[in-house]
Amino acid sequence: MVKFFIGGKTMKKVSLEVNGKKVSKEVPDHTVLSVFLREVLNLTGTHVGCDTSQCGACVVHVDGKSIKSCTALAADIEGSKVTTIEGLVSNGKMHPMQEAFKKQHGLQCGFCTPGMVMSAIDLLNHKKNPSDKEIRDWLEGNICRCTGYQNIVAAVKEAASKM
Amino acid sequence: MASLVGSRVERKEDKKLLTGRGKYTADVTFAHQTYAYFVRSPHARAQIKNIDTSKAEKSSGVVAVLTGKDIANDKIGGLIAGWRIKSEDGSDMKVPAHPPLASESVNYVGDHVAVVIAESLDEARNAADLVKVDYKVLKAVVKTDQAMDSENIYKDIPKNLCFDWLLGDREKVKEAFDKADKIIKIDLINNRLIPNAMEPRAANADYNPSTEEITLYTTSQNPHLARIIISAFNGVAPENKLRVIAPDVGGGFGSKIYPYAEEVVCSWASKKIERPVKWVADRTESFLSDCHGRDHVTHAELAVKNDGTFLGFKNETIANIGAYASVFATVTPTYLFGPCATGVYKMPAAYSNVKAVYTNTAPVDAYRGAGRPEATYTIETLVEKAARELGMDPAEIRMKNFPTEFPFQQTLVHSVDSGDYNAGLKKAMEVGDYKGFEKRKNESASRGKLRGIGFCSYFEACGIAPSAVVMSLGCGIGLWESAEVRFNPTGNVTVFTGSHSHGQGHDTTFAQIAADRLGVPLENIEISHGDTDKGPFGYGTYGSRSLTVGGTAIVKACDKIVAKGKKVAAKMLEVNESEVEFKDGEFIVAKSNKKKTIGEVAFACYLPGTYGEVKSPLPEGEEPGLKETSFFDPGNFSFPAGSHICEVEVDPETGNTEVVKYTAVDDFGTIINPLIVEGQVHGGLAQGIGQALYENCHYDDSGQLVTASYMDYTMPRADNFPEFNLGFTCTPATSNPLGTKGCGEAGAIAAPPAVMNAVMNAVGTEVSMPATAEKVWKACQKMNKSNSKAA
Repeated sequence: MVKFFIGGKTMKKVSLEVNGKKVSKEVPDHTVLSVFLREVLNLTGTHVGCDTSQCGACVVHVDGKSIKSCTALAADIEGSKVTTIEGLVSNGKMHPMQEAFKKQHGLQCGFCTPGMVMSAIDLLNHKKNPSDKEIRDWLEGNICRCTGYQNIVAAVKEAASKM
Repeated sequence: MASLVGSRVERKEDKKLLTGRGKYTADVTFAHQTYAYFVRSPHARAQIKNIDTSKAEKSSGVVAVLTGKDIANDKIGGLIAGWRIKSEDGSDMKVPAHPPLASESVNYVGDHVAVVIAESLDEARNAADLVKVDYKVLKAVVKTDQAMDSENIYKDIPKNLCFDWLLGDREKVKEAFDKADKIIKIDLINNRLIPNAMEPRAANADYNPSTEEITLYTTSQNPHLARIIISAFNGVAPENKLRVIAPDVGGGFGSKIYPYAEEVVCSWASKKIERPVKWVADRTESFLSDCHGRDHVTHAELAVKNDGTFLGFKNETIANIGAYASVFATVTPTYLFGPCATGVYKMPAAYSNVKAVYTNTAPVDAYRGAGRPEATYTIETLVEKAARELGMDPAEIRMKNFPTEFPFQQTLVHSVDSGDYNAGLKKAMEVGDYKGFEKRKNESASRGKLRGIGFCSYFEACGIAPSAVVMSLGCGIGLWESAEVRFNPTGNVTVFTGSHSHGQGHDTTFAQIAADRLGVPLENIEISHGDTDKGPFGYGTYGSRSLTVGGTAIVKACDKIVAKGKKVAAKMLEVNESEVEFKDGEFIVAKSNKKKTIGEVAFACYLPGTYGEVKSPLPEGEEPGLKETSFFDPGNFSFPAGSHICEVEVDPETGNTEVVKYTAVDDFGTIINPLIVEGQVHGGLAQGIGQALYENCHYDDSGQLVTASYMDYTMPRADNFPEFNLGFTCTPATSNPLGTKGCGEAGAIAAPPAVMNAVMNAVGTEVSMPATAEKVWKACQKMNKSNSKAA
């Protein structure tokens, strides 16, 4: 086993489909999904901004639904399909939500952005044309310190009109 | 060619950040990486009697356990205070020693005691639990207003007083107050905040035993400053053997301006164990050990005539700077605060007296706005109170006291080069439909809500430079900025800046400037920053300085490129230099219309010889290559200003307060990219409204930080804000050729008083920040009682 980030004795084999590719890795059994993605698969686009499952920087999709990846054990989602921010680009083109964030200046430092984008896509999967209030309520679990949220709301509305 | 300056250009940096390809410090992992975990003090104040590391050293995966003794043995210097302040009596400020790892005493919860380095983070963390520290716990000094009457934390610093500073003239103020019809008084607390950049601080130091160089990746707003401090003061490695890289950085807001103990320790430890050492803060560590902001206790008075004319102002403030004096801790409550405390007004006499005190809390330093939000909150709540007591309209009393002629010599320090404060306030009243307020208030009342309106007119001094001024006021360094513009032989351009972007969008704004100046397409320009081995020394990003100071350095370097290009083009076109004009990327001879593009000229500069038919394009004495460096040190600060109007709705049954309408009209001089500037205003407003309504750092009486996670510290969320209405006016700055003024801090400066004035207008009595539901509900109850008594 390669040494990385986490120590631990009880190992567990975890098999997932991440961004369309099958992966199977042996990891300590307490490895959370965010660590699995970042430290084992080197998918560092998923960020970790807190230790209490509050900030939302680590949001990814598991079987199509947004979850905070810091709060799920990798072993617990055995066999699932995971999509991270890296998996949204297809044929070299950004996802309409990513395009909308760029157009509306919905990001500044970019640290909360991957989680914000993943969360916003899940909102539009639930509701096609959300109101400003619905967008703001949905994103309550994603903290951004830079943008004041205004352009994020604008980006989600823009994406809603394109998706 | 259309000008890019003034255009809403989408950001160049966005694609990598949006696709997960950003590279933040925590994303960097080296081969043979080790992981550091810090043993921190659980006590606010204690003596260290003994540290036993023996068990930890034997723990699985542990590479080293290092303490304050080790760091002292290796003669690693302490952390520094970068700005020298003198007290009113002429004595120097008093500064305690601040070792990167404590060996004798700890002075706040989170203070660094030891570091455990192991093969994995889990192993480092497990072993840290086995470090046994024997403490003698002492009584902590916690409260700002009680610090001077408490036990001395440091035996040679009486009354825990760092300095007792005065700016202004007490006698003149007394005379002004003697002539006043009315004196308006206010006592207020500027609540302590925790900056909370979303990316926690991190460091990864990699020592190379072959070259004896350390490469330090760090979350810094200012990698050059980190390098000079870690070299010159901490003595970890000479500057030429230390490379500091601040890659993508996830926000700073002041908290990442200077190096902390962790960067010093990781760099030193990496050299010691000859392996890379990585540390990433968890969020609670960030809460405990990032420098905090604000924390003032203020009494202020305003002397007025019955017609609303201001005669004089005095401000007595106690500023909590925490357990140690951090790099910009001493300038924040003095020169960044005092001069702006008279606000945007003609004020015939004024003084600001600030007593800075040590407490057993985390160090307090610059946080977005740094001193200017505290100043603006003081004067703007006082002015609003004056309007109430004199029965004047809040806009009228402000306009009566605005200066109308520029340059305006402000009372305490600044000569403000340009502005039009009346235009700003009038526009804010228009955009915010001030006339319609009564109607909206009645509509709110029909739903049982109390609607209030609050104003704030502000100016601030930013664009932090000019070296001559700041050094004369005690700054230990100059604060100019550098740029290097490098034409690559094939015609594309790399621009190096000494400033640093961590959300501000320099890659785009600076490229717009260079593209216009050089006539090169935006996509052929790369902005490079954040690596001390790449570009020239610079002073980083804070104090809304990057564009006015750093952007101007780019303009100057571009102008040097064009000047050299003219000489070369003249030789190539076989005309006199005076016949060559430069426009839109082309050197043109007007009379013959012969021309060379700047790309052709750049290429020629790299081929200075005769090759077949091609003759050397370089005039005699001219050096080959096309690369120019410039250092810009402005003659003055820049002075953005504006007026904000906030409307809140209070539910008297619950005390819940909502910002329902917010109008900001700002004068940032020339705007290069409105899309980015609007984003800066939005973000500042969110932090300012956060301070007013939600955020509060709370230590209990024993010095434990109660608000040390997102479960306890209220971070503003998307559903806390309305859509902001923005407007702009423009009086270009005269202190830089772009005419720009800083825009990064305005929102955080103007919003707290605008919001609080609205809350007090709604409720009818004073409420302190943050105006939580509990406080507002109590204020409503109090008003109900006094109203029913009156009836």
